[in-house]
Amino acid sequence: MQDSSLSSYSPKPADFIPLTKQLDKHGISRPSLSYWQDAWIRLKKNKRAISSLYLIIGLLAFTLIGPLLWSINPNLQDLDAISQGPSFSKQALIVETPANWGGVTIDNFPSQPSPNFSGLLSSTEQIEIVGQATTQYVRLSWQPVEGASAYLIYRNDHIPESPEDLGLPLGQTLAGNQVSFEDRLQLNAQAYYYTIIATDGFNEASTFTTQQVDLTLAISARQADLRNIDVEVGATVSLPGHPFGTDYLGRDMLARTMYGARVSLFIGIIAPFIFVLFGTLYGGLAGYLGGSMDNYMMRVADFVIALPFLLFMILFKVSFGIGPGENGIIPMMLALILLAWPGTARVVRGQVLLIREADYIQAARLLGANTFYLLYRHIIPNAMGPILVTLTFAVPMAIFTEAFLSFIGMGVAPPTASWGSMSNQGIRNMLSSPHELFFPALFISITVLAFNLLGDGLRDALDTRMRGNE
Amino acid sequence: MLVYILKRLGTGVITIWFIATATFTGMHMVPGDPLTTERGMTDNIRENLERQYGLDKPVIEQYFLYMGNMLQGDFGLSFTEENRRVNDIIRESFPVSATLGVLSLFFATMGGILWGALTAIYRNRLPDIIIMFLVVLGISVPSFVLAGLSQFLILNLNQTMGRSILPVAGWGGFEYMLIPSLVLGLSTMAYLTRLMRSSMLEIANSDFIRTAKSKGLSTQRIFISHQLRNAILPVITVLGPSIAIITTGSFVVEIVFAIPGLGRYFVQAVAQLDYTVIMGTTVFFGSFLVLMVILVDIIYGFIDPRIRVQAAK
Repeated sequence: MQDSSLSSYSPKPADFIPLTKQLDKHGISRPSLSYWQDAWIRLKKNKRAISSLYLIIGLLAFTLIGPLLWSINPNLQDLDAISQGPSFSKQALIVETPANWGGVTIDNFPSQPSPNFSGLLSSTEQIEIVGQATTQYVRLSWQPVEGASAYLIYRNDHIPESPEDLGLPLGQTLAGNQVSFEDRLQLNAQAYYYTIIATDGFNEASTFTTQQVDLTLAISARQADLRNIDVEVGATVSLPGHPFGTDYLGRDMLARTMYGARVSLFIGIIAPFIFVLFGTLYGGLAGYLGGSMDNYMMRVADFVIALPFLLFMILFKVSFGIGPGENGIIPMMLALILLAWPGTARVVRGQVLLIREADYIQAARLLGANTFYLLYRHIIPNAMGPILVTLTFAVPMAIFTEAFLSFIGMGVAPPTASWGSMSNQGIRNMLSSPHELFFPALFISITVLAFNLLGDGLRDALDTRMRGNE
Repeated sequence: MLVYILKRLGTGVITIWFIATATFTGMHMVPGDPLTTERGMTDNIRENLERQYGLDKPVIEQYFLYMGNMLQGDFGLSFTEENRRVNDIIRESFPVSATLGVLSLFFATMGGILWGALTAIYRNRLPDIIIMFLVVLGISVPSFVLAGLSQFLILNLNQTMGRSILPVAGWGGFEYMLIPSLVLGLSTMAYLTRLMRSSMLEIANSDFIRTAKSKGLSTQRIFISHQLRNAILPVITVLGPSIAIITTGSFVVEIVFAIPGLGRYFVQAVAQLDYTVIMGTTVFFGSFLVLMVILVDIIYGFIDPRIRVQAAK
């Protein structure tokens, strides 16, 4: 309250009442925070790191909870549906397991044309579909043509426009009175145009008959049995689709990606955890002991670092061997642990050397703290930040290594799915069915990206010395 | 300085010995031997072959024999490729790998410095955001995916143009090297870009830049002869490890692009347990890496006086 004329201010009695004491006037304006609380607050501010954290939780849920919701056997082969693009659930008919079909033979018709037949071959009058045309089989029969010794059967996916445009030659019958054909060759649920041409063994008829056949998606009773579908023949069931498509053996890619995530994330998280732990103990010991012991220990670590990493990964992975029925995850983890620990050991040793000489350690020692207390209360908590950062960056490295080994065919043994082995298969069929490479590659990239961003965030939040300039 | 170099070289020799021993041990731990993969053979033939390759001797003796030969620069005969010396295999395939490696290292360093400097200039503006997004992508996408993807793109490019512009795979002239070396160098380029960016930004806040500004130097002059020059130093330190990453990473690219380099031989040799080829390639490769790291450290000592003083002590 500023009065325009201060001179006219007349003091009031109320002006002379003593102020109430404000105890917290110069107190701490916010509650004191521990190192971890502070780091957590800083991490929460980093949007990229937090969204990566959610992404990682999502990936874990995908691999751990996913198989419960999507209960398809990842190793179940379906040779009727190889390398199919992504699709959703479909209605399918259950039909009898295809058996040999006797076909239709007309007894009172000559199997070979009589030698005195001299007319032109005509086309058959009409083609009948025997039974229901499904993706399991299509059975055709037709009227015999006089003078024919065999019939040629073609299949096309559009209406043939000329005798040169008949499509896929499926086969031919053996006699003029054999007037049926069964097609079981890679049928899809679509419309096909079947063409029958009569031939006398030397010449084909100049005219042909084409029949449109619409196929219904069907699975055989035996396949239904394999999939644990308990329905009678003739009933319609809704088949689960393949949201990620199928691979070169008709296995469901979504299920394989989920199980592959299990392998990739298992190796990608457990192996770094173990080698970071070992590296921490080793580096911590070296740093704490100091002197010549430290020198020797770090020299050993230097040797291991000098080994060409991928070469030795392959060599050790192979030399630990895979027994029959094993999937090769343990040898790969062992090799990874054996080769990757010195990086952490170096970082931790550096930290311990720094912390050991810090003033607060001297102070604690003066106050009578013993070694165990120093390690437990001061050295380990203070070195924890860099260790955690190393761990986060070790995860993408391990995932890359697993993917690389599986990619060159020296990783997990088939039929175990891993993202690397799936990419390996996918890259071979890349041109015809890109989805086989796309999904595993996408998941590897997302996982590595998430861990990298989280690592960046953690480094910024935890370690003021290593903080990047971003 | 000379003492320092000699000391480093001495450590290098011990390191190479360690690599050779580790390879030998790992290799002999693999069940079976190179001759078990051979098609049916009588005991007599097997005995003769074992004698020829020295497999009948105890493992320890084999080890010393091999080390002795290796010291004389003889890596022995290949088991699977009849009458071919491992030295010849290395002599043929190493130049291929080395060309690929040098080219991709060149791309990676040039690209890393250029993009890093650009992002630092356009800090937090659109070019920076775009480049840093690409960098994160480059670090996260595995190289075999990149390799496959680039083959896919080349194929489509050739199809739309109606003629072969770039070869999809194989080895030959520069047109064969271009895409594989770019793919190989991309992750290193991404890493170097990040490093260069943070180094540039750190230097931008340093005292000598402020001094240069207050002297009234032009922006270009400050940028080129003060900021850029000093910011490149950290990039040079990681060149040693980068060489290691690029040369070992060349396996994938060699396999996907069907390039006859060392990596392919190594993978084949491990699959067939070809003892001498495994030893030869690993030891050669390891020595090359060790030498490169030492070389980079020495060069760095010449460039940065601060390191030289420390090393001389």
